[in-house]
Amino acid sequence: MRILVAMSGGVDSSVVAGLMAEAGHDVIGVTLQLYDHGAAVGRKGACCAGQDIYDAGSVADRLGIPHYVIDAEARFRAAVMQDFADSYAAGQTPVPCVRCNQSVKFGDLIALASDLGAEAMATGHYVRRVDGAQGAELHRAVDEARDQSWFLFATTQQQLGRSLFPLGGMPNKDAVRVEAARLGLPVARKPDSQDICFVPSGSYAEVVAKFRPDAVQPGEIVDEAGTVIGTHEGVARYTVGQAKRLGAAAQHEGTRRVVVGLDAARRRVVVGAPTAGSPVVKLREVNWLVTPAAFDCHVKLRARDTLRPARVVPTAEGAEVHLAVPALAAPGQACVFYQGDRVLGGGFICAA
Amino acid sequence: MAYFDANATEPLRPAARAAVLAAMEAAGNPSSVHAAGRAARRVLEESRARLAACFGAAPAGVVFTSGGTEANALALHGLGIGRRILIGATEHDAVRAAAPGAEMVAVDTTGVADLPALARQLAAGPPALVCLMLANNETGVLHPIADAAALCRAHGARLHVDAVQAAGRLAIDLPALGADSIAVSGHKLGGPMGAGALLLAGDPALPPLMRGGGQERGRRGGTPALPAIAGLAAAAEAAVADLPDQLRIAALRDRIEAAATVAGAMALGAAAPRLANTTCLALPGVRADTQVIALDLAGFQVSAGAACSSGKVAASHVLAAMGLGALAGCAVRVSLPWNATAEDADRLDAAYLEMAGRLLRRAA
Repeated sequence: MRILVAMSGGVDSSVVAGLMAEAGHDVIGVTLQLYDHGAAVGRKGACCAGQDIYDAGSVADRLGIPHYVIDAEARFRAAVMQDFADSYAAGQTPVPCVRCNQSVKFGDLIALASDLGAEAMATGHYVRRVDGAQGAELHRAVDEARDQSWFLFATTQQQLGRSLFPLGGMPNKDAVRVEAARLGLPVARKPDSQDICFVPSGSYAEVVAKFRPDAVQPGEIVDEAGTVIGTHEGVARYTVGQAKRLGAAAQHEGTRRVVVGLDAARRRVVVGAPTAGSPVVKLREVNWLVTPAAFDCHVKLRARDTLRPARVVPTAEGAEVHLAVPALAAPGQACVFYQGDRVLGGGFICAA
Repeated sequence: MAYFDANATEPLRPAARAAVLAAMEAAGNPSSVHAAGRAARRVLEESRARLAACFGAAPAGVVFTSGGTEANALALHGLGIGRRILIGATEHDAVRAAAPGAEMVAVDTTGVADLPALARQLAAGPPALVCLMLANNETGVLHPIADAAALCRAHGARLHVDAVQAAGRLAIDLPALGADSIAVSGHKLGGPMGAGALLLAGDPALPPLMRGGGQERGRRGGTPALPAIAGLAAAAEAAVADLPDQLRIAALRDRIEAAATVAGAMALGAAAPRLANTTCLALPGVRADTQVIALDLAGFQVSAGAACSSGKVAASHVLAAMGLGALAGCAVRVSLPWNATAEDADRLDAAYLEMAGRLLRRAA
């Protein structure tokens, strides 16, 4: 069958393209150009395409498959980068990879696959698609360390039905590199990518500042009673539950204090004693991969969280998650529902 | 596989292939004083005379370059010294990038240069170098160069013409055109890649971009790419001899355009005088890159906008300058090569119809 492979230029998606071609499929390689690489690394006159796009092209050439580069800059800027900055400006901690998966990858690329007569899109994500009685199910990868199911919770049932994840069953990354070498791919030894792709310098505050200068304006640090106890360098630089950048405000009469709230409207960082968090977490934009109903399951409140026992209850706005043990939940992050290895859905965490 | 991307590069003409192979057998460097050098120089100077004759130019006015980009850059650099630079809003990146601070000459909605506006611009400032293309690479639209040249003369301005797309597809006579120089490219008229030329009217001072060993009368340093230059001259001669065949090409193009219009496309720039081989077809609401990919997978090679070196299809500044902002991302260019056949055109019609039907349904 004809399969569109989303190729990033990294080892994982390159191996996917290789495996699909080897299996005899009619493979079309597509690489999204998401942002101006030259501008992102601050090199004037540099090509808009980074090394990864060239690597994807080399891999496709090696495999003898057609390869195309799609200009997704405008869409990525609006759907991912702007949302990223807006979330920080609102005192939240966004997950841009989820937004990217929701919009350009599983939205636009699957539409492109349809337009090109491809029956499915294959990606290098470490998750498994299991075809159950009710259709395609999303499951965690075999390799727990590489599992990306948390980042894919927003994939709709329909998108899931058109997606293939050939690496979900791989035992570990080394096995993927062995496959890359066996297929003779020039990226077999390429290092893994790190961090957020459009923040190559690691300084996300610079990116936020470009879109939302207000989010990096100085303001007051206050305690829970509203007493001003210091100044900060912009709400976008703070995360609930952390003490980073609080300076002297991180200590009060010998006890440790952390950020307990971000009041974006008044540009205030609120500090207080570290708490165990809340027993109830409210979610918005919930994606259900089962019929919405109250159920007991496990949840993850962060990408690398442990599984926490909880009860999920659908609401008009989304869902409420009743945690067996109270926990800190950062607004803007995702809460994903698991039953065993299966993802039942998830949503974005609302401000308390 | 059917090739409809001639404006990216034309298929090699047999006469050019023969000339390239013959020149590759010559051992000498045209700058050498010995017999082998003289033999190489004979090939170079014969190529110069033959190329000049194709465009009514003097052999002494021919400066061989690596291609169209260099020929345009050399003109802007050499003829623009001490002058302000005006370029058309739909010029190729070879010109745009070589004149980063240039003032723009507007075009109308069909893509034709706005000459009254140009006249006002010329009257408003010190002597200029104006750069306009004879034919646009994306739409095939022709600028009224002879009129522009008269205007430039009246205002003491120089006129350089990017004739890369027009050369070999239109009769060009440099004196009749009235321009100070034209740029041509070998591979755009059926020669090999790697050679082009700047053809100068008269004998203006032309400081080189690269001084090197003073080749090309000090106007372009570096050993000339003799096989490519011999191929360029042979291809130009063949193309000029073949110009009557452009009537056949135009008929094929018109058929493709009519079929695409029935399928829901708009032919952009079609109201203006155009090259015979080019049509720019917009399918409202359908991304240009999707169309290019779909046609490629079906075995038909067309292009859209200006492709980046990565292969990404960038938004077209040409269509944007024509005020077709919304359509700018929805247009593909079909450019027929010199050896296009009616059978290929018929097959393209069928493939385009199928693609347009499918993608327009989905876009609706």
